[in-house]
Amino acid sequence: MKQEKIKTDLLIIGGGTAGCYAAITAAKADAASNAVNNAANNAAGLKILIVEKANIKRSGCLAAGVNALNAYITEGRTPKDYVEYAKKDADGIVREDLLYSISEKFNEVTAHLEKLGLVILKDKDGKYVTRGNRNIKINGENIKPILADAVKKLDDVTVLNHVNIFDYSVHDNKIDGAFGFGIENDTFYAIEAKAVIIATGGAAGLYKPNNPGFSRHKMWYPPFNTGAGYAMGIRHGAEMTTFEMRFIALRCKDTIAPTGTLAQGVGAKQVNALGEVYETKYGLSTSERVYGTVTENLEGRGPCYLRTEGISAEQEESLLKAYLNMAPSQTIRWIENGTPSKANVEIEGTEPYIVGGHTASGYWVDTKRATTIEGLFAAGDVAGGAPQKYVTGALAEGEIAAKSAVEYIGAAGLTTSRTSIPEAEVENHIAEIKKFLDSRGDDGGDTAERLEEEMQAAMDAYAGGIQTSYRYSENQLAVALEKIEGIEARINSLHANDFQELMYIYELKERLTVCKSVIAHLAARHETRWHSFAENLDYPEKDNENFRKYVNSRLVNGEIQTFTRELTAEGQKNYEHQH
Amino acid sequence: MSISIDQSKCIGCGKCHDVCPGTLIKISENKKAFIKYPKDCWGCTSCIKECPVHAIRFFLGEDIGGKGSKVHTEKVNGLVRWIVEFPDGRVKSIDIDPKESNKY
Ligand SMILES: Cc1cc2nc3c(=O)[nH]c(=O)nc-3n(C[C@H](O)[C@H](O)[C@H](O)COP(=O)(O)OP(=O)(O)OC[C@H]3O[C@@H](n4cnc5c(N)ncnc54)[C@H](O)[C@@H]3O)c2cc1C
Ligand code: SF4
Ligand code: SF4
Repeated sequence: MKQEKIKTDLLIIGGGTAGCYAAITAAKADAASNAVNNAANNAAGLKILIVEKANIKRSGCLAAGVNALNAYITEGRTPKDYVEYAKKDADGIVREDLLYSISEKFNEVTAHLEKLGLVILKDKDGKYVTRGNRNIKINGENIKPILADAVKKLDDVTVLNHVNIFDYSVHDNKIDGAFGFGIENDTFYAIEAKAVIIATGGAAGLYKPNNPGFSRHKMWYPPFNTGAGYAMGIRHGAEMTTFEMRFIALRCKDTIAPTGTLAQGVGAKQVNALGEVYETKYGLSTSERVYGTVTENLEGRGPCYLRTEGISAEQEESLLKAYLNMAPSQTIRWIENGTPSKANVEIEGTEPYIVGGHTASGYWVDTKRATTIEGLFAAGDVAGGAPQKYVTGALAEGEIAAKSAVEYIGAAGLTTSRTSIPEAEVENHIAEIKKFLDSRGDDGGDTAERLEEEMQAAMDAYAGGIQTSYRYSENQLAVALEKIEGIEARINSLHANDFQELMYIYELKERLTVCKSVIAHLAARHETRWHSFAENLDYPEKDNENFRKYVNSRLVNGEIQTFTRELTAEGQKNYEHQH
Repeated sequence: MSISIDQSKCIGCGKCHDVCPGTLIKISENKKAFIKYPKDCWGCTSCIKECPVHAIRFFLGEDIGGKGSKVHTEKVNGLVRWIVEFPDGRVKSIDIDPKESNKY
């Protein structure tokens, strides 16, 4: 194993949507401040480093491309409308300051993306083509390569691809850098930085997926976003919020393809096995839509479908093309098994994900996206409090976090001398890695893959997975925790043949940490506010008096402790951490 | 669902390896790409779009309704052509005009 030490100013962990945009913003902010202070500031430009476990060209949520920007302020609407929408959908449990700060930037970051080369559909009058009130249509197959190209053009930004970050270096609640290893070059990295932006996305693969066999990774959220950012923060005592608000998508069965195009494109109604339209019976929030389908199934009226039978040949042709463009599995399935004009499309809920860009789980941040660890900023799906953030929200948060981090480095640079990562810490990590690489060899014992399956089965059965129709009780959660801790205790015996397998071990560790946090949060919210997302059988009703609040958590002496915090005030635009 | 790589076509350029968001594709010593972890494929099709010689095919597993067809995409006169090869040798292709691709 080779070893490398790197010193940088700003470390960005995860070169996805938010991470790439943070780099673009930081490079620009730095150039601007250098132009102003040219004489006084004769230091070279800010050194910015992105560390990405895959390759920024096609990593993360945007790998396959997207066909809409789901968060945009369309003509006649205001950022306030967006905040109200997100707040209503989450039944109040949002941070208004965070939502305002992204809503006010949606259109600006969109304009910037267009300048970088993204094709946004326009009507005859040159106006963006909208889909509903908050969506605009794009030809976004290449949205990630566009962002990556913009990053590659920046002189101050270095990108380390295929390097997996697995731990922070934190002292006295201040971040000094992070540790990682190269998956393809067998290298251990200790990276010192003045400020760090965490942008590793959310967590998939905690629960047993819809298709646990050969197609186990045919899931909505990228299976490679394993919750590293959450886990590293949890372990170092960062405050986290709303991990109980899980995200479950309603999708086409088997292929997990999106359903919106069927509903909006050909007006397909959601029907149960009796042919009854049930969509409006349960309410229209994101969680209620999932709950409706779950309930129809539980009450014996399933399976549920999107009614496409009888659509015209022309409509069918358009559907086949639309899906080839965004979810080709669905078109292939149609071609191999019968097309939508002949058979309705069955729908199902996915396994639960933890993803702060759709729901509100993640780091507890202030309006500047500072976490409760000094020098650590969070952006995108890893940051909590602001659901419905999507692509443009992730970009906006990348921008906000980058500006805050640059400002922090500027201020800290003048007053403090930096501590560096202690040698002993480096050696501990290296010793652990060597143990995984050198120990017993394959002896038929535990493997990361099998333990992952055990973890997913435990979460599925005892922490509200697909198997229990997303419902759980306190007694079940206690069993889930016991099982997760039992699996955690077996990690030390795992063996890796190479650095990719080493990554799988660390990913498993991350997921187990996130699972424990999810279990603690589910147990702490003694109410059912969001059906399916957090369906607590011991407390089936909503309790506004005690739980119109955030449930937050922090690791104290190895235990995840949960507590509540009051909601930010109506219209509040700024929130600061109280130290 | 996963991908398969036709080693007789592969020229070992490494592009598929570079872009896979899960780093699942490796290049063997004789400079041929192979998917080391087929069950870990997300089906994002990034590798297929990158491959300059169209050596990579996408397929559904039997567990999600796959019947053995293999799919890839090529650019033809500014159109994106999706080509489905059925197990019995039949081929179906669908052309998409990128400008029209998002009508719905
Ligand atoms: C399939 C899908 C379709 C979507 N469609 C739309 C849409 O049509 N419109 C819309 O507006 N929104 C859409 N979204 C939502 C939107 O894409 C996301 O909310 C947003 O891209 C999240 O950005 P992010 O930067 O937080 O995460 P990502 O873009 O996923 O970035 C996270 C990055 O961190 C890297 N990483 C993870 N762990 C580590 C580690 N340990 N070390 C180093 N690097 C690491 C990952 O490889 C990845 O590159 C979609 C999401 C998905 C999953
Ligand atoms: S389809 Fe995507 S996840 Fe699967 S091998 Fe290709 S690039 Fe990797
Ligand atoms: S992109 Fe195609 S040619 Fe290049 S290594 Fe991969 S399979 Fe081979």
